[in-house]
Amino acid sequence: MARQNQMHKSLPKAQNFGKSLGKLLAFIKPYLFATIVALLFAVASTVFNIISPDLIGQITTVITEGLFLPTGIDLDKIAKIAITLVVMYGCCAVFGYVQGWIMTTVTQKACNKLRTQISQKINRLPLRYFDTRNVGDVLSRVTNDVDTIGQTLNQSLSQMVTSVTMLIGLLIMMFATSWQLALVAVATVPLSMVLMLLIVGVSQKHFKAMQKNLGNINGHIEEAFSNHTIIKAFNAEQKMTVKFDEYNEILKQSGWKAQFLSGLMQPLMAFVGNLGFVGVCLVGGIIAIQKGNVGFIGVIASFMIYIRQFGQPLGQVGQIANTLQSTAAAAERVFEFLESDEMPDESQIETKLENVKGDIEFKDVYFGYNQEKVVIKGFSAKIKAGQTVAIVGPTGAGKTTLVNLLMKFYQVNSGDILIDGNSINNLTRTNVHDLFGMVLQDTWLFEGTIRDNVVYGKKDITDETLWRVLRATGMEHYVRTLPKGLDTILDDKTSISQGQRQLLTIARAMIENAPMIILDEATSSVDTRTELLIQKAMDKLTEGRTSFIIAHRLSTIKNADVILVMKDGNIVEQGKHNQLIQQGGFYAELYNSQFENDEE
Amino acid sequence: MISILKNYKWQYWLMTFVMAVVIFFRVELDLALPEYMSEIISLITIPGSTMSQVWSVGLKMVGISFASLLCTGVATFLSARIASGFGAILRKKVFDKVESFSLEEINKFSTASLITRCTNDVQQIVMFISIGLRLLIAAPITVVGAVIKIVGKSNELTTITMVGVAIIVLFVVGLTMIVLPKFKAIQKLTDNINNVTRENLTGIRVVRAYNAEAFQEDKFDQVNTQITKTHLFVNRVMSLMGPVMQIVMNGLSLSITWVGALLINANKLSLPVMMSFNMYSMQVVMSFMMLIMVFIFLPRATVSAKRINEVITTQNSICNPQNPVSAQDKTGVVEFKNVSFKYADADECMLKDISFVANQGETVAIIGSTGSGKSSLLSLIPRFYDVSEGQVLVNGIDVKEQNLADLREKIGYVPQKAILFSGTIESNLRFGKEDATRQEMQKAVDIAQASNIIEAKGFTGNVAQGGQNLSGGQKQRMSIARAITKQPQIYLFDDSFSALDYKTDKLLRQALNKEVSDATKIIVAQRIGTIKNADKILVLDKGQMVGNGTHEQLMQSCEVYREIAYSQLNKEELE
Repeated sequence: MARQNQMHKSLPKAQNFGKSLGKLLAFIKPYLFATIVALLFAVASTVFNIISPDLIGQITTVITEGLFLPTGIDLDKIAKIAITLVVMYGCCAVFGYVQGWIMTTVTQKACNKLRTQISQKINRLPLRYFDTRNVGDVLSRVTNDVDTIGQTLNQSLSQMVTSVTMLIGLLIMMFATSWQLALVAVATVPLSMVLMLLIVGVSQKHFKAMQKNLGNINGHIEEAFSNHTIIKAFNAEQKMTVKFDEYNEILKQSGWKAQFLSGLMQPLMAFVGNLGFVGVCLVGGIIAIQKGNVGFIGVIASFMIYIRQFGQPLGQVGQIANTLQSTAAAAERVFEFLESDEMPDESQIETKLENVKGDIEFKDVYFGYNQEKVVIKGFSAKIKAGQTVAIVGPTGAGKTTLVNLLMKFYQVNSGDILIDGNSINNLTRTNVHDLFGMVLQDTWLFEGTIRDNVVYGKKDITDETLWRVLRATGMEHYVRTLPKGLDTILDDKTSISQGQRQLLTIARAMIENAPMIILDEATSSVDTRTELLIQKAMDKLTEGRTSFIIAHRLSTIKNADVILVMKDGNIVEQGKHNQLIQQGGFYAELYNSQFENDEE
Repeated sequence: MISILKNYKWQYWLMTFVMAVVIFFRVELDLALPEYMSEIISLITIPGSTMSQVWSVGLKMVGISFASLLCTGVATFLSARIASGFGAILRKKVFDKVESFSLEEINKFSTASLITRCTNDVQQIVMFISIGLRLLIAAPITVVGAVIKIVGKSNELTTITMVGVAIIVLFVVGLTMIVLPKFKAIQKLTDNINNVTRENLTGIRVVRAYNAEAFQEDKFDQVNTQITKTHLFVNRVMSLMGPVMQIVMNGLSLSITWVGALLINANKLSLPVMMSFNMYSMQVVMSFMMLIMVFIFLPRATVSAKRINEVITTQNSICNPQNPVSAQDKTGVVEFKNVSFKYADADECMLKDISFVANQGETVAIIGSTGSGKSSLLSLIPRFYDVSEGQVLVNGIDVKEQNLADLREKIGYVPQKAILFSGTIESNLRFGKEDATRQEMQKAVDIAQASNIIEAKGFTGNVAQGGQNLSGGQKQRMSIARAITKQPQIYLFDDSFSALDYKTDKLLRQALNKEVSDATKIIVAQRIGTIKNADKILVLDKGQMVGNGTHEQLMQSCEVYREIAYSQLNKEELE
């Protein structure tokens, strides 16, 4: 069942199988000793497993001999062998369990470490990395890929060792017991190999087809269900159903073929096993009769067990190859992430800026998200401490780019940004972040208490300060009415409106109390009254601080000391409202089209 | 699980029956093998047996093995056919049902859940049937067959076998009971890991701006430690499975041989019988293990079956009327008569006592803050939901009395979030009107200010799923063009203009007024500028209509409207 399950999954192939596995093995090196011990236990347990059939055979021989002896069966001898066997089985089980215990521990510890490293890595990667990848991709590395490693590493490593030990051990035992019967058993190997390769070859093709069709139909279902309203509104149910039926039929066809072929594998293996079984009986019988050696029955008895055991590692070879393949693929994705380029090292930077006034200067800044396309071309501006800068422009004009540069989330291509005359290149990122408070439009709160969300990592904040800030943002009443107050946990179940979330993030920025502030004004996501509240809180926050506001509100724009007008990523105009209107450029056009009457 | 089998067609019952018969033969054949083996052993122990005797028995065994393989092949074939066929039936049932759902049912399940039900859950059932069905049939037959073979041959050995089976069953059941709750816990903890990581990723700018990396890493460490602990526990317990199974099987085999020796010595048993007994008892144990496996997988399939059934058996809340009425004399008139509306699970009304008329060719705008019920109002017109009280009339007839398809035929709906389908530009435009000509489409595209998309991509240009290869503004304009292509009597724009920049917004509205002047347009909007010139503006506040009139009238009379207007524009600009 396990194997079939595996085959139904699409098997992601590792680009570089050996290298990825190598890295994984290097990763578990600290546990090398434990691993080797575990593998030795596995070998020992397997050896016992192999020797025991011979002893069973000996018992049978003793019985057979006893049949022809006047004294009857030598029960004492049997008891002796049986007790030996009991001890061996016991050891075998204990060793097996110790092996499993150690390997589980090693694997889980390694997974824990992998997860921790990924989580830390997230915070060391440049933002650039996340712009080109979606959240789901990173998430699946933390959970799915690490889980795959957790499930398969354990299994495949110990299985590989036991299988190889078993194969070698069995061959030795079989040839030592009876070379003729051993040859019969070995003869089944090429047969099963050929059959296996044949089936895998054909079924793989159908499996791929099935996976593809499954993907198609799932895509169609997703599209149809998530766009239900449109389909209804346009009376397109029939259209969607016809296409669905088409996909469904194709999937059905490829599906049964894939399942049939993969289902054949096991019976075919069983058939080969049976053949070996018959062969042993036959050849064994003939030898026994020819030699007139009745004692040979014992040999046959042990071979029957050998044959059963022999099938195991053979069948497992394919499975292990599959498992290792997915382990390698998962490891590859995890290590690819862990090895991505990190943000430049800043440990040599010694200067630390504190108590800044808030003068900011952009000096001939050039910037592009990729080398080919430079969006900001030669931007210069001087902003005095305490001034308000409004950043305006149509959706998608790249208003957040400026924020990214100010916060040192991205490095400028050329030019410089100076805070109180100090280039931010000479400051650590942590230092720069400390100088700015930030409130973004997508109000980011995490699952945790209100206190944690507002204090967010700051130390030594008293409840008094907290309440003062909440009062300033108009959130005091709301928090006071909550049964758990500041310790209320914010999660999906908490009823907190978008506006209140925004107010909490403003409170967070107030707690940080940085000399400069970056604000993204909320647009239409809240109702008018809450908007006024937010506006008030934001005004309080920006008081006396140099502030950069991604502005949507006309009053903010008009009252700003500097308006930066952005278009297609670049800053196309800068100045005060009246100046810009007089210029009659892009800003004027933008402004007029919003408020002009429709009739011409 | 049982109730889902109602969807099993007779062909599948027949196939299942044939499968059972074939499996029965296979089991019989497999069980016959040990008998032949003991025959060979007898031949050896009896002096004077000839080689040819051994050969003939051996050949019979080969024949039986092959026949058994054939039977298994047929059974596998049948189970694969049944599984994928039944899967296709279920998938189709769920899909058709969901297509007939109204938004109320969709909301009840949530779209994501419906998708999983139609994909993963169906696949779970397919998997279960393709593997489980065969085992489920084969295991009991094997047990019964093997037990028949050994019963009566030796009570002592039978007892030993039963003890072995009992130990294994108890052990596996016990282990499963310990581990199963932990498995659920792992699922939950995995979600936690996901949440914390997602949080860190979505808020990465905030995390960095507040230098809170260490804070996040601490949080991650906590869940990570928890999940590792649980994983360790589960896996350490599960590691017991292999060794214990092995020791029981080996122990059983040894016990039979050992006790067998005593019995043989006492002349109560013969050697060949003992040896075949050994094999049969293994078969019994293996079959039980297979059954246990099936029962471990069964709960998962049962859950899926339940989820599928829930969808299939849901009663549709909105259906076509028995005797639909259609009116031809009025075109494009929408009237609300004292309409109240409540979502199924909500305590409070979304809309309360709304009345208004939109006449042919008029532009009616609806404005109000988020959650005031604007979109809900709009969705009552194409009967996505049914009103709780009052009436919605289109062309003078209650929407509940009209044929759904006919009603929707009259309406061109443009949603808040532009949605396109995978295919071509053309297939998207023709979504509501299969036979639209290139000219008609070109005109619609021109009105929607989307000509540059056509110029860039052409009508046959490719559109990815969800329109991912188009920008937000392009999608919105395509979505508007799609509605125009349909040439409806009534347009419903659900805040469709806010993704457009002011300039395009203006041009588009001008073109609409000029080119489709005889159609009624109902517009939900956020920007005062968008709706200033509407014939009628409805102001909604918390589900109630607090204003109805033109811009000038409302500026005089409606407090809420004024508030909205002032927050967007300056006094001078509004006068």
